[in-house]
Order: sequence, then structure tokens, then C-alpha cells
Amino acid sequence: MPPKLEISRREFVKDAGGLLIGFSLADSGIVPRVLAAAPAETITAPSPSRLDSWLHIDKEGLVHVFTGKAEIGMGVSTAYAQIVAEELDVPLNRVVMVMGDTSVTTNQGGVGGSTSIMLGAKPLRNASANARYMLMQMASQRLGVPADQLEVKDGVVRVKGDASKSVAYAELASAGDLNDTLKVSGDGFALNVQGPGKPKDPSEYSIVGKPVPREDLPPKILGRYKYVTDVRVPGMLHGRVIRPSGVGATFVNVDETAAKAVPGFVKTVVKENFVGVVAENEWAAIQAAKALRVTWTEPKQAFPEQQDLYAHMRSVPVKASRETLKRGDVDVALASAAKKVEASYEFPFQSHATMGPGCAVADVRPGGITTVWSGGQKPHELQKGYAQLLRVPVDTVRVVWVEDAGSYGRPGFEDTGADAVLLSAATGKPVRVQWMREDMTAWGTKGPAVICDLAAALDAQGEATAVRFTSRAFSGGETHFRPGDAGNYLGAQLTGIPNTSGVDEFAQWGAESAPYAFQNIHAMAHVVPAFYDSASPLRTTHLRDPEGPATSFATESFMDEIAAATGADPVEFRFKHLDDARAKAVLTAATQKAGWDTRPSPKKAATESDIAKGRGIGLSTRNGTYVGTVAEVEVNRKTGAVRVTRFVCAHDCGLIINPEALRTTIEANLIQSISRSLKEEVTFNRSNVTSVDWVTYPVARASDVPDRVDVILINHPELPSTGAGEPSSRAVAAAIANAVFDATGARVRQAPLTPARVKAALDALRSA
Amino acid sequence: MSVASLKVNGRVHNLDVDPKCPLLYVLRDNLELTNPRFGCGVGQCGACTVLVDNRAVRSCQLTVANAAGREIVTLEGLETNGKPHPVQAAFIAEQTFQCGYCLNGWVLTAKALLDKNPHPTDAEMRRSFESLVCRCGSHVGIFAAIRRASESAKRSA
Ligand code: FES
Ligand code: FES
Repeated sequence: MPPKLEISRREFVKDAGGLLIGFSLADSGIVPRVLAAAPAETITAPSPSRLDSWLHIDKEGLVHVFTGKAEIGMGVSTAYAQIVAEELDVPLNRVVMVMGDTSVTTNQGGVGGSTSIMLGAKPLRNASANARYMLMQMASQRLGVPADQLEVKDGVVRVKGDASKSVAYAELASAGDLNDTLKVSGDGFALNVQGPGKPKDPSEYSIVGKPVPREDLPPKILGRYKYVTDVRVPGMLHGRVIRPSGVGATFVNVDETAAKAVPGFVKTVVKENFVGVVAENEWAAIQAAKALRVTWTEPKQAFPEQQDLYAHMRSVPVKASRETLKRGDVDVALASAAKKVEASYEFPFQSHATMGPGCAVADVRPGGITTVWSGGQKPHELQKGYAQLLRVPVDTVRVVWVEDAGSYGRPGFEDTGADAVLLSAATGKPVRVQWMREDMTAWGTKGPAVICDLAAALDAQGEATAVRFTSRAFSGGETHFRPGDAGNYLGAQLTGIPNTSGVDEFAQWGAESAPYAFQNIHAMAHVVPAFYDSASPLRTTHLRDPEGPATSFATESFMDEIAAATGADPVEFRFKHLDDARAKAVLTAATQKAGWDTRPSPKKAATESDIAKGRGIGLSTRNGTYVGTVAEVEVNRKTGAVRVTRFVCAHDCGLIINPEALRTTIEANLIQSISRSLKEEVTFNRSNVTSVDWVTYPVARASDVPDRVDVILINHPELPSTGAGEPSSRAVAAAIANAVFDATGARVRQAPLTPARVKAALDALRSA
Repeated sequence: MSVASLKVNGRVHNLDVDPKCPLLYVLRDNLELTNPRFGCGVGQCGACTVLVDNRAVRSCQLTVANAAGREIVTLEGLETNGKPHPVQAAFIAEQTFQCGYCLNGWVLTAKALLDKNPHPTDAEMRRSFESLVCRCGSHVGIFAAIRRASESAKRSA
């Protein structure tokens, strides 16, 4: 039997004696080195009930923080470091984050739903407060002074008024073990711990809430940062995958002649319909993958023609339905309405299309410890799923999260990891797989297409009395967003493992939507069945703010349509139907800053010039975060081209941890949302996705960037931090569509607002 | 295979590689540099950008044969004596980028642009960067950083 590789975390911490464990921002390249050096028997995941599962202070006084969360390019690691530094009163640069290594971090459910600060920070804050409490007790004994007469500065405990009597955390921590027991509650995202130490009151904060530079950025910009693409393991080979010729096509045979002639070729791997190739270097793997002649059966005609997508979604029997809001009696109100407003909105499949196609390294060791380096957002789920794929016990698999390109949900990095696992298992060597561009854009997971039908009743006075919402959408969880089953992965499905991981997730108007107080509301959500239940390139899952941009495109466009029907200014109309003070506050902040011109839309232009200008509003709420966004646009009446010239975004997510990182995250969400609102639409034919690269799946470019973006951060230190990131994506498409309507009078109800669609709406207006 | 002589970040390397291999893979696999990065492999995104004779070039599109004998600088070669290049300093000061996977394209294209045209107009800037992708949408910070670099060049001129 090959020697087992033990990664007992406590031993690790001791042996390392100041060495970093796992991945650190300072030098992620250390991962393979530490691994190679580690002696071991088992990989026991640390228990959340132990304080030292969360943090460890070494003899240099560095605070190593262990979290099951991952950094996905928004500065979460820096925000965590701020929280820990705050509670412990140590300088920020003494905190080292160790993230998402299943052998040394607790399972916090990974990253998702913009909950990393809202929920993920809680146990870290409490663990830090408890560490401080213990350190103060130890210092009190050591110095012979009651704890309430001690203070901490820069990690040194000293007697108030007598700085000569002091002891450093480093000294205290090396003398005694910080291994107090904590009370655990919840699990996954909601995992929390508590002990006798109480966190600081926010009024005492000196590090949290300050704009702190993100610690990952200088190494990234200087070219020293190591992403998962840069993990190199001794003896590592390079793999590429070859996907079927279309959905449902099955493997017939392979002619390896040309591939074998590529210098460095190692092996072709075929397992049912999973085909890959392994070579000594990356270029050889790419060439060999191209040279392999694979014959497939005719693919299934599983998809409709693209132009029939929405008709298909309307006609196909639904798979599941859910009532998400019910207040009053909408049917009665609509039946007795003096006037009705009705509209339908359509939102396409969109691709995560991450900047770097997924990459992973797997070192599968039968009878030993398998290690997988992956950028997947939920390492502890991957550990379970890969163990299942290999049919080995979970505690013989270690998943090490290392940052990949920004992921925006569940783009398929998990699938790349499974590809690497399959290729490593087949060759007995560590294998690095990076997808080619088309593997990501065409075969990566998709955000679901969504249709929303809305109807409103106006009474004789022109007041809106009722709103009905009905959605039909592909499930946001056809591929489960928690990738803890082997059947979840594309490669595994190709090997014949059934896809049993899906759940019905609805495109809903519900508690998480803007809190309009109409007397009568009814909202229904229907899920339409997947086109094909295994290894489909149109399989859907979470893409940034799952369904939020699609449903908000509908509901926030519709609010403007009702406002227009009643002759009201869109902001005033919203105010009339809102009771929520924070919702009103973000609208006020955004419109004041934008210099909102209060009047009904559309704007009455004195003369009709080629370029029409307008402004639109969008309100969104998500998990306690409020966002009001004003978009100003220019519409070229001749071409239908839309350009956003300015955004003003007012954002309230409770207590702000790091305003600088928050601002840049919001700005990026806004630009990405321009991309999704104006350009992004997955194209397909009956058997294949035909969006394969940046030409066939265009995204925002430099020319699409507004001339000005104003972000207004509203801080509520008295409130818990809620999600940031996704909420600001939510209402952008609607704000833009509302601005286009304001500018031209043309209402575009199908996203993205491409020049062709806008032109068609303008033409329809003219001929009406 | 044949021997190619590549000058990268001031050092000459004699490598036995396929002359048709794109420079990208040689820099990453043979020289173990981590920048440039693979983004698309077809010249559409700029993640693989390097400077070749001080022009921003996509290393996924340049063969080793064509790169041989030229002055190649990668992102990690931009610092001098441990000091960030002013363009890098401007990006750091602006806290630009979300994931940063795209940044070889933006930082090196900015450097090449500002060397030729230290004070580009907004339109010139957009034109020079139109062929680059940043999927995260970090453009606001990117433009701010380039303006900052241009300004600081003005001040020190
Ligand atoms: S990787 Fe070379 S341009 Fe995209
Ligand atoms: S910062 Fe992520 S792609 Fe540019």
C-alpha cells in the first residue's frame, strides 16, 4: 500500500511553527510545497467547536485565520481580516487568511448568495472575540492585574496607564493553547459559534468600516499572485477534454493516429462519453486534443430553434409551480378594473463565461490521499462529490481552494475539477486541466431563461390597486448549486453517472423583491422542464443573483409601465406604493445625486434628433440590502444602439466593513450588468450551443463603459451587514430599459436590448 | 523541436521547443512564469498579453519562432529594482480589478499606450482598449488608473 499522506491540522500547526498552512495570499505557491512535505495518516476536518479551528497565533504574533469561505475576486478576504484584526486589536497586516482548504478549514457552506459577509463573518468575529477574551485572562494571570485594567494595542496587552507592564499575544499564545470550546449553532452558510467573549460594539470600531486596500491586489498587479492555473505539482501532466459533437451524442470510436504523433502525447482517456487526452505539456495536450478523431452518434435535437425559445417555454407543460406572494384578491380587482396594464418580459440564457476557462489540478492516489486544487466556490461540497466520483471515503479526499478567475456563481469550475479527477485516475499521475474557451462558454453551465407575465388593475381614479406576476423559467438549480454529488458534474454525467442533483428553483417575485405595498398582489412561479437531463450544454444553475436580473427586469420595467399609464413620474409612483424607509432612502439618494428630472416618461422631445437621451430608475432589494439605481442613456434612433452614459447607484447593506472594496465591487457589478442588459444572450441550434467565444458571446467592452459612475454608500452601523455584490446587479436591466423608454417612448421587453431589438421597438412605435 | 533563443525580462533562454508553439505556453510551462494567462487562445481577450519590443502583443497568437530574438517583457518583468512600474503603481493606488485574471492585458496595453501617447484622450483610451475583455467589469477602476498614470507622468515630466 502506498504511504498515506496525513494532514492532521493540529500537527501541521505545531510542526509548521509559524509556517503558513495551506493557501495564503502572501504566497499561494506554497500549497504544493507544504503538501509535499506533509507526513500524515488522516485528513480530519477541524471541528467548528474548537477555537483553534478558526484561528491560531504563531510565535511571531501572526494571526492565522481559517475559513471555509473563498475569495472570488471581491475583497472578502480583506474584509474578514479587518473583522479579525478589529476584535483582536492587531494590525491588519498581522492577519493571514487561510481559505477553503477542506483539511484545515471548517465547512461554512462555501461562497454563495453574497452571504460571505452577512453570515460567513459571524463565526470569525465571535471566535476572534473569544480568542481575545482568553488572551486577556492569560495576560491578567501573567501580569497579576485584573483583566478590566488591561488594554490591547497592536497585539500587545498592557496595563492601563503603565505601558512597562505588558505581554504580547505571541508570547501568551505560545505558552498556552488557544483551544477553548465554543458553542456551535447552524451549519453551512449559517454556521456560527459562541463563547464567553463578546464582540465589540460597532461604535468602538477603528478598523472595520475603514477603506482598507485589498491585500490581494498588489501581488496580482505586480504579477506575483498565484491562481489555481499556476499550481504546479511534481510530475504533473496536462489534460484537455473533448466534448460530444452535440447534446446526447454518444461515443462510437476514436482514431488516435494523429494525436499519438504529437510529441509529448501520453494517453487518450475514454470512459463512456467522457473523452480526454493527457500529455506532458500544455501545448501538446491542446494539439493532441485537436488531432484526436472522435466519431460520435448523431446528436439529439433536444433544443428548439432559438427563435422559438419563448414560445416553447409558454407551451410546454410546467414541471413545478409555487405561489410566492398572495395578498388581497387580485382576480376580483382585475375583473372590476377601470383599466388594465399588461406586459410580458423575456430574459435569455446567459453564460458565466469566466475570464479564465476553468482550471483544476487533481492528484488521485488510490489507497492514499487524493488532492484536488480547484477554484470552485464550495470546497467542502467538492470534497464529497469527488469522493463519490472516485468511490473512496470522504476523509481521503482533500480539496484545496485556490482562486480562479471571477466565478459569478457556479460556472463549472467544479466540472473542471471532476475532469481532472477522471484524467488523473486514468493515468495515475497528477493532471492539470484547463478548459479551452469553448469548453467554458459553450459547455459551461448557464443562467436560466425566464419569462414573466405581469398585469395590473387601475381603478377609476387611475390608482394601481392590484398586480399579478406569473413566471415561467428553467430551474435555477437544474445543476445543483451545491456540487456535493458526483452526478452533479458534466464529466461524471458523460461517464454515465445519472444527473440526480437538480432541484426546482423558481424565478420568483416574493419576499426578496422590492417591497411594494399594493393592496392586492398575487405571484406565481412555474419551472419548465430541462431540455435534456444529462450533460446538456444548456443546463442551468446559479449565475450572479440567480433569476434576480430577469425578474427585476420584468417587475421594475412594469412599475414604469404602470406609472406611464397613470401619468406619474416613475420615482413618485414608486414612493406612493412604498412604506419601507430604507427603500425610499436609496431612491432619494440616487435621484438627488442624479439630479432626477421629475416628470412622467417618456420625455417630450421638442425636436426628434438622431440621439435621444433619457433616464430610468430601478429599485432592488435582496436579503436585507437595498439598491436604487439611476441609468442615463443615449439611444441612436437610426441604429437602435443604446449607450449608458451615467449610473448613479445608492446602496445600503447595513454595516459596511470596507467601503473601498464595496465601492469597486458595486462598480464592477454595474458594468457587468450593462453587459448582460445590452449584449449577452446564449445562442444555440437544435443540438448545440453556438456561443463559443467572445465574438459569438459578446460582452461589454471599453466603448460600453459609462462616462460617469457614482456610487453612494449608505452605512448603517446599527444594522448587521447584509449581502453586497449581487443586489446591485438586480435592477440594472430595468433601469436601462426604463431610460430607453424615457428617451424614445419605445418599450423593449426582451433582454438583452440589442440594437436590433431597440430598432424594432422604435419602428413599431412609428408605425403604430 | 529546435532550439529557440528567447529574451524574456532581460534574460536569454535557449529552449528546445516546437517553433510553432505559441509563446504563451513556453512562458508558462517552460519558463514557469505565471503571467501571461490563458483566456481564450484565439486572440479575443488579451489575458495573454506581453510586451514584445514594447508593443502589447497577444502571446497566444505569436509563435516562438516569431518571438525569438525580440525583447519580451511580461507583467512580472515590469518592476525595476523592486519598484513597481508607475503604471502598476497607478493600478494599485486605484484598487483596480475584481479577480484580476484579465489584468495582463490592461496593465501592459496601458504601459505601451502611455509610452507612445502619454496623455491619451478618453476616446483614444477607449479605442486602444476595445479589444480587451474584463469579464468582471472592472473598467471604471481601469480607466481611473490609466488617467492617474497619465497625470503622474505629466507631473514628473
Ligand atoms: S488568451 Fe490570448 S487573446 Fe485571449
Ligand atoms: S477583474 Fe476579473 S476579469 Fe477583469
